Amino acid sequence: MPVITYRQALNDAFAEELARDENVFLMGEEVAQYNGAYKVTEGLWQKFGSKRVIDTPISEAAFLGLGVGAAMMGLRPVVELMFWSFAYVGLDQIINNAGCIRYMSGGLINVPMVIRGPANGGTNVGATHSHTPENFLANTPGLKVVCPATPYDAKGLMISSIRDNDTVCFMENTLLYGDLGEVPEGAYTIPLGVAEVKREGIDVSLIAHGRAVLTSLAAAEILSVEHGIEAEVVDLRSIRPLDEETILNSVAKTHRAVLVDENKPFCGVSSQIAALLAEHAFDELDAPVLRVTALDAPAIYSMPLEKLQLPDAQAVVAKVLSSF
Amino acid sequence: MARTLSLPSKPKQSASKKAVRPVVTKKVTKAPAKASKPVKREVVKKAPVKKAAPKKAVTPRKTAPISKAPAKAAKAVAKPASPASKASTDWSKDPFNAKLKPAEKVSFLREMLRIRRFEQQALKHYNNGAMGGFLHLYIGQESVAVGTASLMNGQDEIITAYRDHGHALAVGMGMNECMAELFGKGTGCSKGKGGSMHFFAPDKHYWGGHGIVGGQAPLGMGLAFALKYKGIKGCAIAFLGDGAVNQGVFSECLNMAALFELPIVFVIENNGYSMGTSLERSSAIRHSLASRAEGFDVDWSLCGGFDLYELRANLGAVMEKARTKFRPHVLEVSTYRYYGHSVADANAKKYRSPEEIERYKTEFDPITLWEKQLLKEKVITEDGIEKINSEAKAEAATAAEFAIASPWPSEESIFEDIYHEVDHQTEAGQTGRHFFSE
Repeated sequence: MPVITYRQALNDAFAEELARDENVFLMGEEVAQYNGAYKVTEGLWQKFGSKRVIDTPISEAAFLGLGVGAAMMGLRPVVELMFWSFAYVGLDQIINNAGCIRYMSGGLINVPMVIRGPANGGTNVGATHSHTPENFLANTPGLKVVCPATPYDAKGLMISSIRDNDTVCFMENTLLYGDLGEVPEGAYTIPLGVAEVKREGIDVSLIAHGRAVLTSLAAAEILSVEHGIEAEVVDLRSIRPLDEETILNSVAKTHRAVLVDENKPFCGVSSQIAALLAEHAFDELDAPVLRVTALDAPAIYSMPLEKLQLPDAQAVVAKVLSSF
Repeated sequence: MARTLSLPSKPKQSASKKAVRPVVTKKVTKAPAKASKPVKREVVKKAPVKKAAPKKAVTPRKTAPISKAPAKAAKAVAKPASPASKASTDWSKDPFNAKLKPAEKVSFLREMLRIRRFEQQALKHYNNGAMGGFLHLYIGQESVAVGTASLMNGQDEIITAYRDHGHALAVGMGMNECMAELFGKGTGCSKGKGGSMHFFAPDKHYWGGHGIVGGQAPLGMGLAFALKYKGIKGCAIAFLGDGAVNQGVFSECLNMAALFELPIVFVIENNGYSMGTSLERSSAIRHSLASRAEGFDVDWSLCGGFDLYELRANLGAVMEKARTKFRPHVLEVSTYRYYGHSVADANAKKYRSPEEIERYKTEFDPITLWEKQLLKEKVITEDGIEKINSEAKAEAATAAEFAIASPWPSEESIFEDIYHEVDHQTEAGQTGRHFFSE
């Protein structure tokens, strides 16, 4: 199986869907002639032309809204945000329009759109470029939120998202774009709402999404080698819809849960998982549910301090040990 | 558009200025006094403003006071006179009107009366407490929606803001489904999930009905984009109010519509007040709201909205231009609402004088003007008018009865119409949990 980057996996997904369905088009800042600010759309403009791969001015509200309007008419826009942080100037279009129109029209109108781009901290760009809005977008019924951690998942989830008839907020990670992994050629789909156990274990469940999955896998290795603790790593992959069954099954097996989340702690994704466990796994737990999240402050610029702000493997290891 | 209703009203200021209110209309189009005179037609024809305007656009603002702007703009804009631009333009002779059949003209009257009677009926029940939320009445502006709908070619798409009942009925939505929606009933056009501000009928090319001021403008652009993408010979008409032009996204839209050469007409329904704030107090302008388009190389023009003929002539031309030449256009239409911003607008008669409202009602009511026109043309009689009026009243009353008798939506329906995949129980709709209520 070919080994390609997370970036290339996404690029392949776009190329295949652009070729398969003429209603699919890509749009965003620098996605066409510049080849993408992070080169995720590299080569697609040359291949598919200006009708299908479209550069926009720096006007997130307008081009997000354009995407919603075009999707209402049956097109399938894939709209890139150079950073998900930039969505904040266009949230009206995402939440009020993409998120609410189907409901407010009594189901008469669909918005089959993908809004995608990186949503992560850890790159020394300060608070305004380091937001992780998966929690509050998942707070909007009507929207779906997906956060792939691996190249394989990125491609399969992207193809599913493009074919989905609802709006999917697809959150990538600039720190993962260069990661390598095995990815099949040709189209395949991974359903939204299906988590994956990325590592089997019996002593504790590490529940994570996005890059925190990789952090959890690294921590699991340390726990195994140095402490004899076998951690199970559950990758949510999709925040909404959420695969509660896989989470609960894992905790029923390990009886311990540590939630690893690059989201902030207050009303973050981990809060939702903690609520789920409190409601449905109370009798299974041998220890309190613990969390390792981004520190609850705006993302700091200073390089050594920024490293402290996101969960790392050592912090996860320490938290796991504290639960025994 | 759920804004607070406690804006301080400034009776003095508005009292002294309101007569002059629609700057545009008053100076160029003369909304009140001579809403339908030739000057506008010239303005319209000037569409390719870009050539003449640049020099003026550079003029420092101080040296170009608003009071002079109209003359300047008119001059800048004045192109070789159009066929219709004589001293007294007879809009009925315009190509978009000349071939209208008597039955069509009568149908316009019927549609305007239906909108008015529908809203009057709704108002009665709103005041009785039968419905909640906001009720933004369109009464006084009916000619704009009816004139627009009459120009749609079956492939044109239309979208508007929260004052949306008129557009909904004009494109052919039924009174029953609309009234029931106001009542929050399950038989409503949105199954009681949208309310007054959120009527939709995609099968009639009507895309809402949007509550956030200006938020629908980029959606309109998306409609136009999709038309062009699919090679459909239609245009999108995106309505917005005079208050919405100050939302940043509208400026973004002008830029993108021009860059992408989209077939779209932005129609600014300028009724003079963004809620309780008059045009003068809300918008900095050199000449008009529409003229802001000039900086984006988007054509613009002004027109009176009180006379159906005038509206159809002006709008018809720019819609055709959008369809065939992919030129976006901003058309600012002067109009007037008799009621407050919404019925809950406690200051509806404080930020403008009762005299002003009365003057519009008596001199510029679009329905009265059209009735007079049709009587003059002898395409209808007084009795004929009264018959249509009675029918509209009866239809509205029946719609209210229908709404009252209709059931509330079922509790289960709260979780329907959120995700397409869940509603249709597709494979994608069955993986993972979509809703998190216990």
